[in-house]
Amino acid sequence: MSQANNSLSLSNPHPANFNAKQKTGLAITGLGLLAFFMAWAGAANQQPLIFLIITLVCFFGGGILFTIGSYGHLPKGIKNNRTMFTSISSRGALAWISGVVITGFYILLYWRDFWKELFGADLFIGLVNLFNPLSLLLRNTKADQWFVYGTLYTVAVLVMGFKFIYKYRHNRYQQIRTTSVMFFQLGFAWLLPGIMKALYNYEPYLTYFWPLDYDAIFPTTLSYFQTQGAFGMFFIFWGLVMTFVATPLLTYFFGKRWYCSWVCGCGGLAETAGDPFRHLSDKSMKAWKIERWLIHSVLAAIIIITVLLLVDNGFKNNLLGGAAKDIAKGYSFVIGMVFSGVVGVGFYPIMGSRVWCRFGCPMAAYMGLIQRFKSRFRITTNGAQCISCGNCSTYCEMGIDVRAYAQKGQNIVRASCVGCGVCSAVCPRGVLKLENGPDNTKRTEFLFTSEDLKILS
Amino acid sequence: MHIVIIGNGITGITAARTIRKHSDHEITVVSGETDYFFSRTALMYIYMGHMQFKDTQPYEPWFWTKNRINLKRAWVKTIDTQNKQLLFSNDDRMPYDKLLIASGAKPNKFGWPGQDLIGVQGLYSYQDLEELEKNTANGINRAVIVGGGLIGMEMAEMLHSRHYPVTFLVRESSYWNNILPEQESQLITRHIREHGFDLRLNETLKEIKGDANGKVTSIITGSGEEIACQVVGLTAGVSPNIAFLKDTEIKTDKGVVINQHMHTNVEDIYAAGDCAQFQHALPDRRVIEQVWYTGKLQGEAAAFNMLGHDKMYEPGFWFNSAKFLDIEYQTYGTVLNTLREGETEFYWESDDHQKCVHVVYRESDHLFIGINVFGIRMRHEIFNRWLLEKQKVEHIISHLSAANFDPEFFKPFEQEIINAWNNQYPANTIQLKAKSAFTKLIFGN
Ligand SMILES: Cc1cc2nc3c(=O)[nH]c(=O)nc-3n(C[C@H](O)[C@H](O)[C@H](O)COP(=O)(O)OP(=O)(O)OC[C@H]3O[C@@H](n4cnc5c(N)ncnc54)[C@H](O)[C@@H]3O)c2cc1C
Ligand code: SF4
Repeated sequence: MSQANNSLSLSNPHPANFNAKQKTGLAITGLGLLAFFMAWAGAANQQPLIFLIITLVCFFGGGILFTIGSYGHLPKGIKNNRTMFTSISSRGALAWISGVVITGFYILLYWRDFWKELFGADLFIGLVNLFNPLSLLLRNTKADQWFVYGTLYTVAVLVMGFKFIYKYRHNRYQQIRTTSVMFFQLGFAWLLPGIMKALYNYEPYLTYFWPLDYDAIFPTTLSYFQTQGAFGMFFIFWGLVMTFVATPLLTYFFGKRWYCSWVCGCGGLAETAGDPFRHLSDKSMKAWKIERWLIHSVLAAIIIITVLLLVDNGFKNNLLGGAAKDIAKGYSFVIGMVFSGVVGVGFYPIMGSRVWCRFGCPMAAYMGLIQRFKSRFRITTNGAQCISCGNCSTYCEMGIDVRAYAQKGQNIVRASCVGCGVCSAVCPRGVLKLENGPDNTKRTEFLFTSEDLKILS
Repeated sequence: MHIVIIGNGITGITAARTIRKHSDHEITVVSGETDYFFSRTALMYIYMGHMQFKDTQPYEPWFWTKNRINLKRAWVKTIDTQNKQLLFSNDDRMPYDKLLIASGAKPNKFGWPGQDLIGVQGLYSYQDLEELEKNTANGINRAVIVGGGLIGMEMAEMLHSRHYPVTFLVRESSYWNNILPEQESQLITRHIREHGFDLRLNETLKEIKGDANGKVTSIITGSGEEIACQVVGLTAGVSPNIAFLKDTEIKTDKGVVINQHMHTNVEDIYAAGDCAQFQHALPDRRVIEQVWYTGKLQGEAAAFNMLGHDKMYEPGFWFNSAKFLDIEYQTYGTVLNTLREGETEFYWESDDHQKCVHVVYRESDHLFIGINVFGIRMRHEIFNRWLLEKQKVEHIISHLSAANFDPEFFKPFEQEIINAWNNQYPANTIQLKAKSAFTKLIFGN
């Protein structure tokens, strides 16, 4: 791994001197963590509500105070000073520790039953107890590890979303987009499923569709919904329309950003909690090659698996016997759990915030093909103003070498671009603009493009 | 044919890429500064921690081998034009058939007493950045920046990012008003002060003082004040880096003298970029152009001429951009700090003083001459077209939203600007020509 300071700055210039607000914010967050871990250890089994309130209030309060302490006293503008020197954001000790901790948490979470059997004790019981009051309130059901996880996830998106909005308070595109992901996470991935659980004992996730929600059109899912009356039919209909009608249409008009950086929960976490790590994505040509192979293989895999299952089902499961189901199970383990879950988030501090979105997500691959070949979305380059500084490429979470296009005066039309708009925000010369426009103006021929050296790179 | 290029900056590298694209000649790029091409314009971001050094290199190392561009890390001591050879500082030699000098520039030093003390430095090269790291490695109490140009501003911002107090000595009565009109200069001057810089206007450097170890301890200003400091940034402009040519027959003045074909007075030797000086200036252009895109254009023109094509350097209309702390600046066409004979102007500034638009046009027929924009991004392509089409100022103002390049959802200012125009010229009111924000969002411009 390349180390943080293989630039010139070998000494840590100015170790973080936190101001009073930042210190208080950190202390309050720390208190929340203390309550959280005590509860996990079992201390909250009697009084879960008190512990839960302390935990949540401290997470929100501490996060907000830390944010205001960090940016409140500074004029509006780009805030990337010291990103490359700060331990947590430059693969320093703190980054490795958090990577290990988050990855560990996922491993405990996804295989709760396995660990239970192995250790003879349920490692999640303390946390499940802690979140019981909230689960009962919202879902009228006792908590399980998924509710714990979903709630923590939502808290992270909200707190870090606030931080992101405040950091970018000079940029309305960033504010509106971030408000949108926070809204969809809170409303559609947490509140709505919870309320529906209470009312109908079913948790729908209306913002996940096939192929990301990989079993959405598996025969087992379809037949389950068919037993659920009008309600079930609605969900089948919704899923199919979103996948096969709305997604292509919206992607044609707005690019895949309508989903990836405005709606999706994975994207939501990447854009908020993942923001301090966005520059860690690998920009090399080699990484791009790996990306194209990997992500399209995942898309191909899920298409083949889904078709196999549907065909097999048509033959009353006589065609493949149990094999189709085993393949599906394999996919669910390797892609659904290990890749999108553990690696996707656990590796944030080391490989950047969009590892899953870039290398694995079949939904991103699907929309990426549309975006690349038939979409009005592009990043426009402003004539010959680019000074090749590299801020855009550095802060691209998808590892796109934006500069390679900008310095030639070419517009950027790339399958992987999620339209977060940060390249445009950090560009010091006003070179980049995310736009929807007619296909035929996608490529500007201007000044340097006559001699653009495409064949060389 | 062996084509050798001195300098791996934007000029030399653009030339090398252009030559490779159009020919199979052997190409060697020589530089003493770094192994690989990097963006000088991004030096500040390394120090501020926005980027690592490797992030400032636009091409990965494999690029050079793949495209058969030889890189040689060495300092050229002089050129033996008789035998067509470069002579390196270690006395090695390298023959060339055609040579491009793209050796860039170096910071000016005006013979100030104490200018060679430890802690006194400019900001141009990678080595300068290393030196600044060294000079601030143990923390400092104050830095003084001398010279109110763009690099001075960058150096001030760099030190500020590490929380070092900065005193900024500017000879002019307002920041950069030798280039910017008074209004813009005032706007930026206020912005610099808002950020907490100790900005001293009408102030010069008289002397730099040091201790027994040769380290800077303070400076004395022109007005006689002594300011204690541990770093002094000398940023009073740059000039062509051509000292190594002085014993050759290559003609130099301030820079290497070239014609519009980038050719020097010596057969097969060309020059381009920051080090070059045109024999004759083009209209509204200087004889020495020291910005990024002119390096690119000159490098490209030089490459074509070296390949035997007949290509004049034709940079088109002037444009440029910069960023002052949080305020971006773009300019298209010609806006000088004072109006020229027959010119008049229209100026608008936002209520928060963070944005402004300054349009210069010809009084007689309202021909649009140039625009300065602060805090709003504008489309280069459109202004270039308007300048080519010789549009009138009324056309420019009423169509400003077509030129707007701000990110989506940003507050538009066109109506405000038009209101200001109409207030100023009630006899000549104009109307905004714009698509609705919604149409623009979905269907684009
Ligand atoms: C801090 C800073 C910020 C800037 N910001 C901007 C900006 O925002 N926008 C803008 O338009 N312009 C900017 N500029 C100006 C711009 O960077 C220059 O115009 C441009 O880099 C010039 O390119 P060049 O290739 O002609 O020369 P250089 O980039 O100077 O390259 C010349 C190379 O030749 C090498 N060399 C010189 N002599 C010898 C020798 N004898 N032997 C071997 N090698 C030699 C040098 O070491 C150097 O590597 C900035 C400049 C600086 C210093
Ligand atoms: S950030 Fe802007 S100026 Fe810098 S390389 Fe990217 S497009 Fe060019």
